[in-house]
Amino acid sequence: MCLAIPGKIVEISSGNADSALVEVAGVRRKIDLGLLQDDKPVPGDWVLIHVGFAMSKISEQDALEQMNTLKILGEAEGAIQEVKGYGLEDVN
Amino acid sequence: MRFVDEFREPELISRTAEEIRRLAGTELHYRMMEVCGGHTHAIYRFGLKDILPSNIELIHGPGCPVCVLPMGRIDDGLAIAQQPDVIFAAFGDMMRVPGTQGSPLEHKARGMDVRIVYSPSDALKLARLNPEKHVMFFAIGFETTAPSTALTMMRARAEGIRNFSVFCNHVTIIPAIRAILDSPDMRLDAFIGPGHVSTVIGCRPYEWIAQNERKPIVVSGFEPLDLLQSIVMLLRQLNAGEARVENQYKRVVPWEGNHAALRAMAEVFQLRPYFEWRGLGFISQSALRVNDKYAEWDAEQRFEVPGIRVTDPKAAQCGEVLKGVLKPHQCKLFGRECTPEHPIGALMVSTEGSCAAYHSYEHRKAAMEPSLTSIA
Repeated sequence: MCLAIPGKIVEISSGNADSALVEVAGVRRKIDLGLLQDDKPVPGDWVLIHVGFAMSKISEQDALEQMNTLKILGEAEGAIQEVKGYGLEDVN
Repeated sequence: MRFVDEFREPELISRTAEEIRRLAGTELHYRMMEVCGGHTHAIYRFGLKDILPSNIELIHGPGCPVCVLPMGRIDDGLAIAQQPDVIFAAFGDMMRVPGTQGSPLEHKARGMDVRIVYSPSDALKLARLNPEKHVMFFAIGFETTAPSTALTMMRARAEGIRNFSVFCNHVTIIPAIRAILDSPDMRLDAFIGPGHVSTVIGCRPYEWIAQNERKPIVVSGFEPLDLLQSIVMLLRQLNAGEARVENQYKRVVPWEGNHAALRAMAEVFQLRPYFEWRGLGFISQSALRVNDKYAEWDAEQRFEVPGIRVTDPKAAQCGEVLKGVLKPHQCKLFGRECTPEHPIGALMVSTEGSCAAYHSYEHRKAAMEPSLTSIA
């Protein structure tokens, strides 16, 4: 909940500009972009995710380093479980 | 040594640790509080304490939202969910946190409809999928999660989803820092500022700490190098007699914060006059409640809430540990009555709590898991 999860925007949903498909360590889920409406990410951008919402845009290098931080904190597995849990039973 | 490669730029870590030893080569004793529970977890996990000189003391702050939540609030939330056709939805972190009648998970075992969600928007989705039920989302967290709760409530209102409400336990970090600074037995020289909270609130809200309290604060990232660099920045300020807000985590934290997130919070929430924090007691204007515009989605305004108060166990010395007066292991209950398996005090409740982190760190040390000592 407190540590941010880095993800790459794969596509913006066609019917809802506040929803995007994101990829985190090979797992793809929908996240909410509503809190980045002043600086909307586009496909290919990296974001930090908290509880299913993109909170900030970051560089690819920072995203990879954040994932490494989660690994050495022993939190990477938990982060991927969290991402898998987004969207309840929806599985892409 | 096998873990050295896991850390970014091990040589730079080594040089930064050397710089810390040089800067701290004074007669002074430096007491620095890391406010954020994520930092506490990182500091223990990396074994940072072992490479710092003995006159730098890291004190673990109140930034673990699960730890500071009063037990009475858990009881209140579960009391609402006892009513017919209510689904209790919460993050996984909440599921094992004990109320006086047991945790949410134990209530589930007794038949309550308790669901783990990973996002507030999934709690709203549960409401859409279960129109005959009422979904109550038990919201916790600092400014990292409060905007997501707010935006979810805005969506519920816009879509007219009326079988959804939020039991709001969101807290704000600045008043907790103020309470610690105002405490007569406060013994702090500087702060390591929270990383991810600051992506939302930015760095300006910390300026009073520097200007009025004359304490330096550096907003920090979570990697070993980030934390060590932040300590260097704090030592430079302290040695020069300065007190400024600095941002070590510029690659993620904008000085002005996230305006869209702040707007969402302002739309839905207002400050409570006061709120109870486990271990710290009542702190004025330290938490958020749902405003009247969103009353229909506020569990506290929609349901009868018992308002249960559970006094912190007297023997647990969480307050003293939070203020840096005592180290976790100096508490009378630490590791005996109070353990991560059977937490009595607030700071043992979550892995980000300083006592739980300290407890598992001691075990980690025994098991010789990765640490920075091998490279610094």
